[in-house]
Amino acid sequence: MNQGLLLAVNSIAMGGLLFLLASGFSLVFGLMRIPNLTHGSFFMLGGYLGISVLGKGPDTLSQVSLWLGVGGLPPDLAFWLAALLAAAALAVVGGAIERLLLRRLAGQELAQVLVTLGLSFIIADLCLMTWQGDPIPLSPPPTLRGSLPIGHVVFPIYRLATVLIAVAVAVALWLVLDRTRLGAMIRAGVDDPVMARVSGIRVSRLFTLVFALGAGLAGFAGVIGALILSVEPGLDTDMLPLALIVVILGGTGSLPGAFVGSFVVAFLENFGQAWRPEFAYFMLFLPMLLVLLLRPQGLFGRHAP
Amino acid sequence: MSLRLLAWSALALLGAVLPWIASDYYIDVASQVLIYAIFALGLNVLVGYAGLVSLGHAGIFGVAAYAAAWLVAAGFGHLPAALAALVAIVLVSALYALLSLRATGIGFLMITLAIGQILWGLAYRWIDVTGGDNGISVPSRPAPFGLSLMSAPSFYGFTVLVFLLAVLSMSGFVRSPFGASLKGTRDQPRRMTALGYNVWCIRFAAFLFSGFWSGVAGLLFCYDEQFVSPGMLTLGSSAEVLLMVIAGGSGTLAGPVVGAALVVIMKNVASAYIVRWNLVLGIIFVAIVMFMPEGLVPGSARLARWAYAEWQRRRRAPAALGSER
Amino acid sequence: MTPALELRRLAKSFGGLRVTAEVDLAVAPGERRLIIGPNGAGKTTLFNLITGELRPDAGSILLFGAPVTRLPSRRRAHLGLARTYQIITLFPRETLLRNVVLALLGLSPLRWNPFLRLDRQQRLFAAARAALAQVGLADLGDRPLAQTSYGERRRVEIAMALAQRPKLLLLDEPFAGLSLDERRDVQKLLQSIPREVTLVMIEHDMDVALNLADRITLMHFGEVIVEGTRAEVVAHPKSREVYLGV
Repeated sequence: MNQGLLLAVNSIAMGGLLFLLASGFSLVFGLMRIPNLTHGSFFMLGGYLGISVLGKGPDTLSQVSLWLGVGGLPPDLAFWLAALLAAAALAVVGGAIERLLLRRLAGQELAQVLVTLGLSFIIADLCLMTWQGDPIPLSPPPTLRGSLPIGHVVFPIYRLATVLIAVAVAVALWLVLDRTRLGAMIRAGVDDPVMARVSGIRVSRLFTLVFALGAGLAGFAGVIGALILSVEPGLDTDMLPLALIVVILGGTGSLPGAFVGSFVVAFLENFGQAWRPEFAYFMLFLPMLLVLLLRPQGLFGRHAP
Repeated sequence: MSLRLLAWSALALLGAVLPWIASDYYIDVASQVLIYAIFALGLNVLVGYAGLVSLGHAGIFGVAAYAAAWLVAAGFGHLPAALAALVAIVLVSALYALLSLRATGIGFLMITLAIGQILWGLAYRWIDVTGGDNGISVPSRPAPFGLSLMSAPSFYGFTVLVFLLAVLSMSGFVRSPFGASLKGTRDQPRRMTALGYNVWCIRFAAFLFSGFWSGVAGLLFCYDEQFVSPGMLTLGSSAEVLLMVIAGGSGTLAGPVVGAALVVIMKNVASAYIVRWNLVLGIIFVAIVMFMPEGLVPGSARLARWAYAEWQRRRRAPAALGSER
Repeated sequence: MTPALELRRLAKSFGGLRVTAEVDLAVAPGERRLIIGPNGAGKTTLFNLITGELRPDAGSILLFGAPVTRLPSRRRAHLGLARTYQIITLFPRETLLRNVVLALLGLSPLRWNPFLRLDRQQRLFAAARAALAQVGLADLGDRPLAQTSYGERRRVEIAMALAQRPKLLLLDEPFAGLSLDERRDVQKLLQSIPREVTLVMIEHDMDVALNLADRITLMHFGEVIVEGTRAEVVAHPKSREVYLGV
């Protein structure tokens, strides 16, 4: 019973983090029709950047941050600042990548996917050069410290907080998609890119924006994720397949799909691990495979990838 | 045409004298180049000739190696282990094909990725069978007809033979009617169906052929390292061999070989001088996809032809200008 | 006499859009049938249904009396069906000769052979050369497709279709994009096709097409509006309605 409760709450926490990771991936996949294979690297880079802003890393950026006095800031402020700065930095990186590289390959989706693959190699090595190979843990800011007893088990608050953060981001994204012109354009582009272009939407500009948004979300997720997972080389290749599974299950371009999918995957991972650790990955990828074969548009998606 | 022949002859010569002029370390690197060249040639059947990009081929590579390693470690002889591995390769390739050929393009890519990840997950987590991260050690190398392959030059010789077989088979395949059918399905699948071809069957057969050679490469790898581990089947590993094919030039026979040489040499030899070889590879890959998508081999040939034509033009230009007085 | 091609109450819809609405059609063997109609009338869709690229929602298709409605597209080629496309779909990386060879190979058991050298198959290449000669491209056999003109490529399309020795040939806008001279050449070419081959053609260029046709079928909104000889169709009031909206 305790075991089940522990797994359930951990799954919920993980699901929150996965949503933060997968939402950006889903938007890009839905709009640009490509699985952004650099997404895991964006996540990892975001985590590293957050760590540097907080001065916790072995790199020069960390030195600079410490020198600038980040240690003197109230730790809560510092943490959220780090998260937002990482998001912003990744948004800039993402926007630049789309504008300078992907846009030149407009219409050649396969080539774009390959470029994102090559970029993941580049970013991974740059991170290794800058932050070295040791895992860097990040401790939660004071408001998220402490623990909450649920039933007979005691849970760290920061884990539960990831869900709230995920919900907050989900609501924010939903508001943007549903209530703003930008959101309407994105939804139009996801539904029917040809019609969208014909009706005057500057699709290429939209692509840059959404790719930047996706990267920014990944970067933000990376900092939040740094609380739960230590940031280390290989984190990108650990997280990318998870984002892929979530989005395939939930449906590309669908936020509700990414939301539901994240929790489904988190539960599958945690309970699967507990039940049969040797088939853990199997049980994650098998549903993805089945969906790709039988219902390619996923649970909530509009069209097949 | 003769330039190409010259290049191949020079390389063949180098390959032939290598065991006498280089140290064991470099001979082993050469063996690795050939092993990955076979792997890349196998993948190229799909990427270059069928127009299907797979990001899961490391799974086939790995299954072959694990099958042989597991059987040898369990006490079976090398011959039955190798034969069983070959059967496993065909079965796994068929599985990949049945599942992934339901799509093309990005859908195909993701299905092969998923299958590759499943196989990696099994290698990594099914510790009872695969040993997990600890891998499986292979105590000896095969001894075909009683000849030992334990020394670097002898193993190299064996690898060269297999490589030549692979190249011969590829070359025959590409020039055959079936090869032409396959290339047709790459360029105009709709029309091919209207012309009477069974596009799915053609692709299925091509997948088996592709998987076969990638699996053979996996077997050779297993014998070379005498150790198999989950690292062989990662997404990174599939990405690397794809990089070899695309960087070298898909749709040619020389391309994957050049690509394999580039990557392996960079990993082993250049890593003494260039510490961050992943970075360099990534940059080369992005540059090629963006500016020289046909790959290094055709791209360099094109550049060379352009440079030669330019040189000819400039040589003639002064005389032409002079005569226009 | 068994019609070469028969369509019975053929229907196809995409979502709510009816592209083919209960079409009945019968083409006699050796006939030259022209299908005309404004853009969006469903003509190419009809071709796609006949070749099997599209599955009909209802109705049946018979080729020389044999029902092929359920038959996969590739098998219909083996029954003597060939087609050319509105948008040129040739093999861009090959020479003209090899393009035609690929068309011939599709019907030959050789296509499965991974051991022989394709270049050494003399009979295949000779037949391909003959097909190219038939369309007046005999000298350009070894030219890569990329170095040919649009008009030449249209003729390669026809060569590929003729090389298959079809019994029923579907031509989708064979004159599209051709210059006046090129049109005359293609017209002569089509007129020279023996009556063993039944021709069904979609065309917009009225002058050229009308000269070739025995019977004309006028389509609009997926339906057959008028059918008959040239005189009958031209005189019919509905024809004017379709084209002039009056």
